[in-house]
Amino acid sequence: MLSNIKANWKRASIENEFLYLFLHNRVAQVAAFVAFVSIVGALFAPLIAPTDPYDLKSFSILDNFLPPAWTEMGEAKFLIGTDDQGRDLLSSILYGTRLSLIVGLSAMIFAAILGTSLGLAAGYFGGKFDAVVMRVADVQLSLPAILTALLVDGIARGILPREQHEDLLIVVLTVAIGLSLWVNFARVARASTFVERNKEYVQADEIMGLHPLRIMLVSILPNIMGPLLVIGTVDLAVAVLLESTLSFLGVGVPPNQPSLGTLIRIGTEYIFSGEWWIVVFPSMTLVIMIVSVNILGDFIRDVLNPRLR
Amino acid sequence: MSTLLEVTNLTVEYPTRFGIFTAIENINLSIKAGEIHGLVGESGAGKSTIGAAIIGLLSSPGYVASGDVKLHGESLRQLSDAEYHKLRGAKISMIFQDPQTSLNPLLTIEDQMVETIRQHAKISYSEAFAQAVSLLEEVGLEDVETRIQEYPHQFSGGMRQRVVIALALCTNPDLIIADEPTTALDVSVQKQILALVRTMADERGVGIILITHDIGVIAEITDNVTVLRGGRLKEEGPTAEVLGNPQHEYTKALMAAVPRLEVRLDRFTNIVKDETTNALGSDWKIPGASADFATEWLLKSTREVSQNVDPIMTIKNLDVTFYSERPFAFAKREGFKALKDISLDVVKGEILGVIGESGSGKSTLAKSIVGLVNPSAGEIRFDGDVLPQGSKRSRKDPIRRKVQMVFQDPYSSLNNRRKVYDIIAEPIRFFGLAVSKEETRKIVASVLELVEMPHRAMLQYPHQFSGGQRQRIAVARALVAKPEFLICDEPTSALDVSIQAQILNLLKDLQQTFGMTILFISHNLAVVRQMSDRIVVLKNGVLVEKSSAEDFFNAPQDNYSRKLLHETPSLELLNQTQG
Amino acid sequence: MFTYIARRLVQSVFVMLAVSLIAFALFRYVGDPVAVMVGQETSIEDQERLREQLGLNDAVITQYVRFLGQMVTGDFGFSYRTRAPIAEMILERMPATLELGFVALFISLAVGIPAGIYTALRSDGVLANAILVVTLIGVSVPTFVIGIFLIYFFGVQLGWLPTFGRGDTVDIGWWTTNFLTIDGWRSLILPALTLGIYQLTLTMRLVRSEMQDVMHTDFIKFAIARGINYRSVRYRHALKNSMIPVITIIGLQFGGIIAFSIVTESVFQWPGMGLLFLDSIRYVDIPVMSVYLVIIALVFVVINLIVDILYLLIDPRVRLKAEAA
Repeated sequence: MLSNIKANWKRASIENEFLYLFLHNRVAQVAAFVAFVSIVGALFAPLIAPTDPYDLKSFSILDNFLPPAWTEMGEAKFLIGTDDQGRDLLSSILYGTRLSLIVGLSAMIFAAILGTSLGLAAGYFGGKFDAVVMRVADVQLSLPAILTALLVDGIARGILPREQHEDLLIVVLTVAIGLSLWVNFARVARASTFVERNKEYVQADEIMGLHPLRIMLVSILPNIMGPLLVIGTVDLAVAVLLESTLSFLGVGVPPNQPSLGTLIRIGTEYIFSGEWWIVVFPSMTLVIMIVSVNILGDFIRDVLNPRLR
Repeated sequence: MSTLLEVTNLTVEYPTRFGIFTAIENINLSIKAGEIHGLVGESGAGKSTIGAAIIGLLSSPGYVASGDVKLHGESLRQLSDAEYHKLRGAKISMIFQDPQTSLNPLLTIEDQMVETIRQHAKISYSEAFAQAVSLLEEVGLEDVETRIQEYPHQFSGGMRQRVVIALALCTNPDLIIADEPTTALDVSVQKQILALVRTMADERGVGIILITHDIGVIAEITDNVTVLRGGRLKEEGPTAEVLGNPQHEYTKALMAAVPRLEVRLDRFTNIVKDETTNALGSDWKIPGASADFATEWLLKSTREVSQNVDPIMTIKNLDVTFYSERPFAFAKREGFKALKDISLDVVKGEILGVIGESGSGKSTLAKSIVGLVNPSAGEIRFDGDVLPQGSKRSRKDPIRRKVQMVFQDPYSSLNNRRKVYDIIAEPIRFFGLAVSKEETRKIVASVLELVEMPHRAMLQYPHQFSGGQRQRIAVARALVAKPEFLICDEPTSALDVSIQAQILNLLKDLQQTFGMTILFISHNLAVVRQMSDRIVVLKNGVLVEKSSAEDFFNAPQDNYSRKLLHETPSLELLNQTQG
Repeated sequence: MFTYIARRLVQSVFVMLAVSLIAFALFRYVGDPVAVMVGQETSIEDQERLREQLGLNDAVITQYVRFLGQMVTGDFGFSYRTRAPIAEMILERMPATLELGFVALFISLAVGIPAGIYTALRSDGVLANAILVVTLIGVSVPTFVIGIFLIYFFGVQLGWLPTFGRGDTVDIGWWTTNFLTIDGWRSLILPALTLGIYQLTLTMRLVRSEMQDVMHTDFIKFAIARGINYRSVRYRHALKNSMIPVITIIGLQFGGIIAFSIVTESVFQWPGMGLLFLDSIRYVDIPVMSVYLVIIALVFVVINLIVDILYLLIDPRVRLKAEAA
């Protein structure tokens, strides 16, 4: 009975199905819209932002702690107020989002490439290679992501001279976050490859004598993209979250290039004295961004999960 | 005897996003106490939906749209869910297909039995325990007092299904719905379980609805049968009459498609049309491509000249051992012998049937030939040359082209992410069989036509096709490599019987046209009979019988072969029971 | 049975060896230990003598074995920054982190598991959907943001609860505890909530999806078809089966709690190991970093070992395999 319905559904390709479900899911649409706006805002931050928060000449300490424009003390020039240095908060948030997204995206992609290749190869070849990769993954898992990121950052501080460290901070941060996330991709890729590997289409390729690399990349990879896509979305959220956490802890991005986490850290120093806007707006931006990415992740997972269809 | 269950004009609908899908429509059934009533049909016939509707467990979002179900004359449709639930177990119970998954893995048999008994009868634990023990003995479990404390995974598949039956019976229901109760089991176990079901009906007077796709099972034990297709009732009546002298067109076609153990047909005739094939549209054509072109192209000899050695394949003393993972770093690995000392020849142009139950090593044999498994001893010669072991076989070894394989599950053997064109063109490209893209396209289209698929199919993805169509595509992929030797590993066991008949016809035609040598592996004796010239039988990795097909089916030499033949449900029984 | 546990033990030892190798490499090769320990004015000869004394000129393998020996005997050396023995520093701060983590884990499980079961069984109820929306936000809000907002509302706006430090504590031997004073408990509430909420949402979502999966299995359908009452189907048949993967995750969660305790401790100035680790990173205090690393890995490995043994007790399939081995 249900198989019948599924058979009908199979006629519509997965891609159409995706579109159909998306068009019928208001929440996913809103989330996608927010994610889109964040990305556009981040990309074009230098064009949109009223001022350049990285440029010391563009702001004045005399403007510090101005509340949002709609309050009594606010100034129209600074729509959502200024921070302790007198920087326009809106501009800082736009640039901060940009930085958070750049770091988050590149860390996620780094983790995806590293983890997927290792997982794919481990699942395909099995045996000793698999055992080694999985043991390394086990060790990595016993160090939670944030700890790994902190460690890599700490090591970089120890190895690199101070000046270089400042310059390379963003690269270090990306690598640190990427290294702490590859295991998710590796485990999912390995588990899915393991399932696909035993399917007969892979055996058909092997009998024919296709090169293992071709089998892995052309035959298997497209079939395991679904679960990887889910991990990718979830891990993008996690990467952004990690970046903001590290910046909040003061070990992330350089202080002269504030990301959302840095802004929140600065803001916390003033919540006791009533300057709430410095912490509230960056926090809201961060949360809305992560929520929308997570909703998209949930949506993709539900679409790919045949039981929930 | 009075009527136990009366189903009238039952219609079940499922709302989907394409509108309402009618799973079953206007179904009528009537079952008496002690009767075994078969519901038979191919996939999508709606047989399981009927069972679920009767016990009130339709999976959401399905619902009963109209009609009624009456048990002992009382309508069940008005019952609230709580009232219905009281009925479950007490009056109606159910047996599921797969005994591996239908028992709770974390509770002992005792836990599950006693809980079920006490749910419906106000008796003490020790009384319930005693009942459980006697019931388990009744269904044929041995050493019940100790085994009742074990967990489901400690039982074999057949034993587990006995426990499931005991669980379904322990509340003394009047009606049991058995949904494909023997499909997951080997024939020998199937025979025992069916006998048990028959005994239950006869001795306890339980009415049983037996849902199955297997005409053999229906013929073997049911009193009456209802034939379904696409959610509609096609024919009903006493089993012997319906199957022996079908009136409805569909039943006639279905019966014609069932392979008989007793006779070998040259071709299946009067088979059911695959409705979806025509719907694909055949207006789209590749110029110059045709089935004739495909035949001509396939018959043109390849560059390597065959040495024409006969027998074309010789297997000598083949051993295959699988090693389990070491329990400890330095512990001795434990080996499991999947094949033991197998020797056989395959003559050029013949179809050699390989018969065996699950675990007999028949697939391992196929995998050793194509190089997916490394034999631990022995040799395989093809065309006079010794085949290198799988892991040492070079990617350019010509054997990779000469031996092709058609797999069991067409849903798994085609890559869902690649177009049909890419799937079929891959061997052509890899083996360098065509000089240009245009030629490749022409060959792909022609071979598709040869396997009776429209040219258009090459633009589509496998998931757009039904199981039978997918298997045709899989055959096409094997064909384009111009193989001299084709291995078919259970090529029809995942398919409905009418589709099976089509695929078997196709394979027969191709074999006759191209004179290919085929190794045909199957657990289904009736199918093997239709296909094979000679037969070998494997049991637990040992070759127990080698003989010509006629000899095998008329006078099998080995005890195991005789047992297999005896246990396979046969349509001949129809004539014996009620004439 | 013995083989099974022994095998897990061997695996754990390998993980510990790998982690200690990282810690050793960190300790030995990140920065020059001698340069950090001595002042600028120390002569090259003195430095060389110190190097010899510390055994830094020995073969790497000798040094690693010595390092292992020190780790096993609890001789963790001295902090570069405070010059205090690391063992003492850690021991002093361990109770704070463990108490915080324990309360957070308790919150996560005590609320997360029932909420997960509820939402799995009532998938279309209003309350269930509300809970789901809240948890989606729960996994998306960074721990430190939760902390800050809790501080803002309960500390700054309402003034109900303290927002930093452990408050009044009681010493029981070397262990200082928050559990014995009212002020201690009050100080614990906000940090524990902060740390617990994220884990809570994870627990809940996991329990929910596991429970839903189990409710769709054949054996549950069969139990319903036999007329077993729904309460037993849910809590005896389904729940037990969904708990098996949940146990694994609880093990993993402990790791998450330790990791995020770093953040929580930073937000609330909670004087635990996380804060110590954070300081060690800021000041590149390599010995403290490497010891912290080893200790965390050890805690994690021990938890996983316990989880594996729990499996033995709960799942007869594992038990049987273990007996066969």
